[in-house]
Amino acid sequence: MRRTIRISTDPFDPEAEIAAFRHALQNAGGMVSFTGLVRPSGHDGAVSALSLQHYPGMTERGIDEMLDDVASRWPLEAALVIHRVGEMQPHEAIVLVVTASEHRRAAFEAADLLMDYLKSRALFWKSETGAQGKVWIEPREEDYADAARWDDR
Amino acid sequence: MTQLLFFGRLGDLAGGVERTMTLSQPHAIADIIGLLDASDRLLGSALGEPRVRYAINGAIVDADALVEDEDELAFLPPVSGG
Repeated sequence: MRRTIRISTDPFDPEAEIAAFRHALQNAGGMVSFTGLVRPSGHDGAVSALSLQHYPGMTERGIDEMLDDVASRWPLEAALVIHRVGEMQPHEAIVLVVTASEHRRAAFEAADLLMDYLKSRALFWKSETGAQGKVWIEPREEDYADAARWDDR
Repeated sequence: MTQLLFFGRLGDLAGGVERTMTLSQPHAIADIIGLLDASDRLLGSALGEPRVRYAINGAIVDADALVEDEDELAFLPPVSGG
């Protein structure tokens, strides 16, 4: 499985990334992508900015190990994970996951697992700045439950 | 010198992500939290919360793991990405 992991403070263009990913495919019969966007309203009313922190090196290593797991579960041709860090504005893309496989189910499930991992287990820390100042965000119970779905499978 | 890293809200409590500390001999992480707690109770109690994990040089460890001078010790509160 070809893999790309990119964590950057630079904004990215999800459509351009998806197109480049598609053009590099050799045998895949389908691809699935998920793009996460910065919500304009957060836990505390309107969000003026969102900030993400990571642990350089360790965060990438964790995602790489998760891709090992994904590759052992499904026959994927390629997977792409892009995650923004630093300051970002409402409506900007914050995360992109793309997977490609010969048949659709593997690509759907792999993208689903990767997003569950990124939401509640990967080493990122998210804060929102709104009317009440800065608030650190924790995953919702649903996010933890979503990630746990894959533990015994 | 030991490099300490405080992520997420722990960085706000510590007054920054990075801090250094000189250890003349190896200390368990729990002891280091005790040392930090002696000068800052708010930070100390936040570091000791059960949901905070620890990493030495990028590997997750328990609170009884020993930290040596030149090590990097990271305090990892609950994560949130995507």
